[in-house]
Amino acid sequence: MRVRVQTEAFDAGVELDAFSVGLSDVGAVVSFTGLVRQSPEGDLIALEIEHYPGMTERALKDLRERAITRFELSDALLIHRYGRLAVSEPIVMVATASPHREAAFKGADFLMDTLKSNAPFWKKEIRKAGEAWVEAHGRDAKALKRWESS
Amino acid sequence: MIELRYFAWIRERIGLNGESFASGAKDVSSLIQELRLRGAPYDHVFADLSGIRVAVDQTVVEFDGSLVGAREVAFFPPMTGG
Repeated sequence: MRVRVQTEAFDAGVELDAFSVGLSDVGAVVSFTGLVRQSPEGDLIALEIEHYPGMTERALKDLRERAITRFELSDALLIHRYGRLAVSEPIVMVATASPHREAAFKGADFLMDTLKSNAPFWKKEIRKAGEAWVEAHGRDAKALKRWESS
Repeated sequence: MIELRYFAWIRERIGLNGESFASGAKDVSSLIQELRLRGAPYDHVFADLSGIRVAVDQTVVEFDGSLVGAREVAFFPPMTGG
């Protein structure tokens, strides 16, 4: 499965090895893994990630197809977790494969920028002081805009 | 009947994951007006739409999006995946 939405942790190394096997026309594989980062105050206990079952899978599959078409990728992998995640656990992974490295780098970059604002996930921070929903960043919208003209 | 789905703080404020709602609304804005007329907590939740996004049958639309033939409408804040 090239698109997975799951509660279970994943091993990015194992996933990358499996993704890279038997790609004869491929000269480049790029991967990105996103982790739960501790807050500057050091009081983050966990992230609770909620999603919209059904729409999430559709949005990620659509995004994968768009990336493959746009950057002429040989293959692409997307894994995103939901549920309760402790600090330093993996949240998301994307991997791309292409004949040359530029498309693989760009494809992975595009996937992450687009996923942040277009896949129906919502993060809540569980801190010692209480809970709060993470607000969408202006910088995420700006990152997405990069891909509109080019 | 239309199936309403709520996510993140909207789900918490309304106190439901979703509900069936008898609506005659032809577009999302009209549906929101119907919901606001039900009073609390809907009137407060939908008072300021700047932080609310909507999907009709799992596709993101604007507030003037059509509800003709729609089965499911979801309300949620801007997405924060990744």
